[in-house]
Amino acid sequence: MIRLFERRINIAVQRVKKKKSPFIYKSYSKKPKHRWLRKRKAQERRFKRAGMLAILISSLFLTSLAWNVFSGARSAFTEAQIKLSIDFQADLVEKKAYRKIVQNALLDLFPEVNSRKDKKHLFALISRNAPHVLRDSLEKDPTLLGTQQDIWLPASSSTSIFYKKSLTENAKRIGKITVTQVAWITQLTQTKQLRLRFNFSFFTNGDSREAEHAGILVSTIGSLLSILVCVAMAFPLGVATAIYLEEFAPKNWFTDFIEININNLAAVPSIIFGLLGLSIYLNLFGLPRSSSLVGGMVLSLLVLPVIVIATRNALRAVPPSIRNAAAALGATPTQVVFHHTLIYALPGIMTGVILSIARAFGETAPLLMIGMVAFIADVPKTFSDPATTLPVQVYLWANNPELGFVEKTAAAILVLLTFMVLINLLAVYIRRRFEIKW
Amino acid sequence: MKTQENIEQLKTDSDPELRMKTENLSVFYNNQQALFDLSLDIYSNKVTALIGPSGCGKSTFMRCLNRMNDYVEGCRVTGKVRLDGFDIYKDNIDTILLRQKVGMVFQKPNPFPKSIYENVAYGPKIHHLTQSHDELDALVEKTLQRVGLWDEVSDRLSAPGTSLSGGQQQRLCIARAIATQPEVLLMDEPCSALDPIATACIEELISELKEKFTIVIITHSMQQAERVSNHTAFFHMGHIVESGSTEKIFNTPKHQQTKDYIGGKFG
Repeated sequence: MIRLFERRINIAVQRVKKKKSPFIYKSYSKKPKHRWLRKRKAQERRFKRAGMLAILISSLFLTSLAWNVFSGARSAFTEAQIKLSIDFQADLVEKKAYRKIVQNALLDLFPEVNSRKDKKHLFALISRNAPHVLRDSLEKDPTLLGTQQDIWLPASSSTSIFYKKSLTENAKRIGKITVTQVAWITQLTQTKQLRLRFNFSFFTNGDSREAEHAGILVSTIGSLLSILVCVAMAFPLGVATAIYLEEFAPKNWFTDFIEININNLAAVPSIIFGLLGLSIYLNLFGLPRSSSLVGGMVLSLLVLPVIVIATRNALRAVPPSIRNAAAALGATPTQVVFHHTLIYALPGIMTGVILSIARAFGETAPLLMIGMVAFIADVPKTFSDPATTLPVQVYLWANNPELGFVEKTAAAILVLLTFMVLINLLAVYIRRRFEIKW
Repeated sequence: MKTQENIEQLKTDSDPELRMKTENLSVFYNNQQALFDLSLDIYSNKVTALIGPSGCGKSTFMRCLNRMNDYVEGCRVTGKVRLDGFDIYKDNIDTILLRQKVGMVFQKPNPFPKSIYENVAYGPKIHHLTQSHDELDALVEKTLQRVGLWDEVSDRLSAPGTSLSGGQQQRLCIARAIATQPEVLLMDEPCSALDPIATACIEELISELKEKFTIVIITHSMQQAERVSNHTAFFHMGHIVESGSTEKIFNTPKHQQTKDYIGGKFG
């Protein structure tokens, strides 16, 4: 060490003798003269490059993920519609045979279709949901009865996907679509009876067997209800636990034991919590299966240790001098906590809680165990109604091989990621806005 | 009345000049003794300076005077600490009321990250010292005036206490401590984090406050002890080597150790 110093001093002295400043190394661009200096610089350079490489690789992964999701999801936000000249015949409306009305309109458009097989393919162009659209528009405006109207009806998922593809590239056949259907679609396109519209129904519908009709409303509401239950349970419980352990509990083997266990709980695989919920909440307590209540309770088990740890860290970040100051003024231990420590730790606690909510929001495995993986088409109105959540919806759709569901999956993932980004931004905002610098 | 008997029994000293008194005070941290049989008298409306090298037990001693040692893990106190004749380590003593009577100012300024007003008003609020908002406002103003901070902060009482300069923060902490209307004020190196001008300001404040309060101050500056205190106690390794009037300690110290420390030969 001392020899190294001597060497450096010698170099400096030599530089002074040569009338060069000893402290300005102009040689940053040049190759340094001395071996130890060269080595030091190489070390710096190596470390910097390694860091840049790491960032490059991780951003590559992120971009590929984002690109994958975006490109897949983009098409799900538009849907194709077909203009049909609908004849609201009174006798058919009477019999509620809206399907027949749609089919008649299609046959009017393509009178050459005769065979059973061709008819079946023709009718597959339009969504199975189209009759419901007719019924709804008739209910809204009863004067339509007995008239002939041009109405835009949703196309089926396969038509939609083919049409969207054909707009950008010279597509021949995709998925289940047949040669005759391709011809019809081309004809419809030429007569401008086919158009693309923003797919509002994706945000206002629940799950459906028909890809073009499936939406995320039900699962989003299910997610929100579950998170509400989760926060209502985990927040008071977790914060109270942390306050007691950090501020009041005596330090002995029992509190150490509890602390170790809480840290362990944070690392337990989430599916285990699902099994716990299944055996305790469903079997023992008999709570309603696949409800957002039970979902939220399971999620609260999951985030409880995370909240406890985050809260303890936030409390620990409040300097002891503040506690001393309050205690020396004659504040009771409870007053010290509730007038000071907890208040000053609140931004940190909120950040931790919000981040753990983000984790709960994206959780799937434990919810599968308590039956939230069911097909649910109706909006849950209470906490005990059957519900599903956004990530579970992604899981369900991802299992469906139909092309329409592939793009829906990507779109649902995009919505999920948007929620995540919003939650994390909220956490960052709270931290920036309210954090106290000591 | 049991408490009445206790009071009669406890009130052994009746010297009105004597505010606090320790008798054979020993403190242990996890069976390691930090203070050894200390006996010290603290007089009314006088400044008592505690001097001595770092780690000699001055702070531990001071924390015994308002039972802040209760918060230290593994701390055990034996002997007696009397405030106006009452043993404050008796079980029937309410530590909350004790700390209202015996205020404390810390080494590093530690205002709450609340408004300047809230900092001063917090003590009176939790002890219900005032009946109305106006009364509280008046008390805050009076207290801030007393520490000479009113003119500097009267237009920004809602600004956070942490936004003040170091010297102002320490004066705010003193204001906070005296707002609860204590009888004894403990100051643990109040000037160690301050520049000479702020220090002079605090020292002036101490000599003013002495009119109303009994002050115990820890300091590492011999000049400061000489300037502000009436009595001095020299601590070394958990013992009080010498105590008495400041003049006597500084001019004619009895022990060689005291002489060396004051002369700057060790410490």
